[in-house]
Amino acid sequence: MEFLNGLVFLTNFVIVPALAYGAQLAIGALGVTLVYAILRFSNFAHGDTMAFGTAVTIKVTAVLVGIGVTLGPLPTALLALPVGIAATGLLVLGTDWLVYKFYRVQKAKPVILVIVSLGVMFVLNGLTRVFIGVRDIQFADGARFVITVQQFKAATGLDEGLAIRTTQAITMVTAAITVAALFWFLNKTRTGKSMRAFSDNEDLALLSGIDPDRVVRVTWLIVAALATIAGVLYGLDKSFKAFTYFQLLLPIFAAAIVGGIGNPVGAIAGGFLIAFAEVTVTYPLKKVLTYWLPESMAPEGLVQLLSGDYKFAVSFMILLIVLLFKPTGLFKGQSI
Amino acid sequence: MTDSLRTGLFTGFVALLILGTGFLDNWNLALVILNYGLISAIMALGVNLQWGLAGLFNVGVMGFVALGGLASVLISMPPVAEAWAAGGGRTLLGLAIGAAVIVGLVAVYKRMTKGRARNIILLLLTVAGFFAFRTVFDGGVAAIESVNPSLTGYLGGLNFGGDAGRDWWWMPIIAWPVGGLLAAGAAWAIGKTALGLRSDYLAIATLGIAEIIIAVLKNENWMSRGVLNVTGLPRPVPYETDLQADPGFLSAVQDLGVDPTTASTIAVKLAYAGLFAVFLVVLLILAQRALHSPWGRMMRAIRDNEVAAEAMGKDVTRRHLQIFVIGSAICGLAGAMMTTLDGQMTPAAYQPLRFTFLVWVMVIVGGSGNNIGAVLGGLLIWWLWVAVGEYGPDLMIWATSGLHADSALKASLIDSAPQMRFLVMGTVLLLILRFSPRGILPEK
Repeated sequence: MEFLNGLVFLTNFVIVPALAYGAQLAIGALGVTLVYAILRFSNFAHGDTMAFGTAVTIKVTAVLVGIGVTLGPLPTALLALPVGIAATGLLVLGTDWLVYKFYRVQKAKPVILVIVSLGVMFVLNGLTRVFIGVRDIQFADGARFVITVQQFKAATGLDEGLAIRTTQAITMVTAAITVAALFWFLNKTRTGKSMRAFSDNEDLALLSGIDPDRVVRVTWLIVAALATIAGVLYGLDKSFKAFTYFQLLLPIFAAAIVGGIGNPVGAIAGGFLIAFAEVTVTYPLKKVLTYWLPESMAPEGLVQLLSGDYKFAVSFMILLIVLLFKPTGLFKGQSI
Repeated sequence: MTDSLRTGLFTGFVALLILGTGFLDNWNLALVILNYGLISAIMALGVNLQWGLAGLFNVGVMGFVALGGLASVLISMPPVAEAWAAGGGRTLLGLAIGAAVIVGLVAVYKRMTKGRARNIILLLLTVAGFFAFRTVFDGGVAAIESVNPSLTGYLGGLNFGGDAGRDWWWMPIIAWPVGGLLAAGAAWAIGKTALGLRSDYLAIATLGIAEIIIAVLKNENWMSRGVLNVTGLPRPVPYETDLQADPGFLSAVQDLGVDPTTASTIAVKLAYAGLFAVFLVVLLILAQRALHSPWGRMMRAIRDNEVAAEAMGKDVTRRHLQIFVIGSAICGLAGAMMTTLDGQMTPAAYQPLRFTFLVWVMVIVGGSGNNIGAVLGGLLIWWLWVAVGEYGPDLMIWATSGLHADSALKASLIDSAPQMRFLVMGTVLLLILRFSPRGILPEK
């Protein structure tokens, strides 16, 4: 019983939030890693692409709610998501045509492309701020919980409760569908295979008649979809604020690099690793240990290893350690 | 167009912008722009050394700037005697334990042979060290933070001058190079671990480290009060109220026929501008000497072809570490100056877009690899940054005057005008990268 109570407590406050956050990071990191694999640079504008996609989705959601269209218990934002993805897709194709293409044709060094992406980051950041403002926006509607603490306690008779918010459940379901669809696309379709070939060996891919422009276009569209989905899920789960999305860039990059940049499986593993590390290290574990350890060994302090503001520090300690000891990441990534 | 003509024209243009602000708007604003512009120029000089001369992609500028600000607090504020008595020793002991554990970990890692025994000892040492550190350190911190928390609650600085440190007015100037030293120390530790990484990994690592430094400054209240902010930092220049009470100043102002209040605010800003300009000119001369010395040529050789330089017997890792430390120290110096100019330390104000990426825009627009270009780029971009925020809303009101008075679009466009800054900076950066990738004043 004691053990179960501890486990439920841990699930409620650490495992479920970390799973949801990890799924959001994983989808974000997939976007970063795809850009790296196909276009061969670290895209610093990814956080702001996410913010832009989410901002469009929020605006469309507001219109839908305004004319009385909702999804019942599910958040209306899911209905608006395709519009957000389409708008972001147009945006990234536009920036590619206007900005990145020039440097790709020149075969500029990756670091130049990174600096160019800094410029794009500034522009997108400004666009989002002008478009939707800098306020904190809550746009989740519908039912708040799948299971509430009371329902769980009544059903199981345990002292500790477990609540699963709708947004957390949606995050995990959507993430599973997205990842499955992406892997099916990359492994089974002709276009997906040509993308992987392009990523493995560009010259060989060109020789075998793969159209590089098409590969790049498809990549950007997928990246736009992933960025918007990640952004909307994060915004539904927490809230939307342009600046927070810029800061998400850090854990997302950490996830992509820790997993092995350019490797989609690595991005997913990295996302969950970073999320679990951040949540576990910054959550006070006193209650769990009180349940699990014998009474004499129960901890006196909060057993919060680091205060919540140090969560970036956690992702970067992991990042640094991985980079120093296993520079290609946990799963073998590219090293260009 | 010759190089010197180009430099002259660019200098003239930047001077025209700042003077124009003074003549057409007001001199207080022009001098505020100039002061922060001079500080930005120093930061740009630091980044230019790292990127322009050595090709190091450091996007952790904000962290070094914030460390400089911390030095400003630690040197120029008066000490809090009760806090030192309550927990100063214990906190320092805790920090010493932490440092000893890290030294021990490195020693074990280097001395012992690879294997399970080493891993177990490393793990045990880490866990034991962490708990020993937290036990000693947390007690000291709690004692310090409980000393008059609404006003102090921190250890204070090293300024033993009377009247809240105002009597030792020169302490802030001493704090600036100390800020540089503090940033240099951090840069050394970071460089030792992260400089071996490829360019974009180094970028992510420095970006993260800067965030960590800000997180430390926000949380460690015993050091600089965290998000409670330290205000009222002593100044190296006279206070406006003192000037207004000074008969000598008043009679001088009367001869010029200026209002004493305005005159005092302008005099203070001019004094700051003079101080900053001295530092900037000295640093610029040093940077120019370094650029044209054998050392500078070696740096550029390493930047252009690391393998070839290594084959010629140059120690690439050492040189990279050296210039990373020097460049970061310059950013720290500028950060200390900025905190003194602000008169307060507010960790929440450090945002990467403003303190890291804006400096990068300055360097790239000015001309990476060209010191004068970076300095002028710093002044130009800072002017633009302030101008868009200051005049943007007016411009937007004028631009939307054709729209109906109560249209929602018009209201939201005017509201969002201050946010245009980011749009403008990004556009400028992209245009420069596209049409003049080597900047306005290219490297010779």
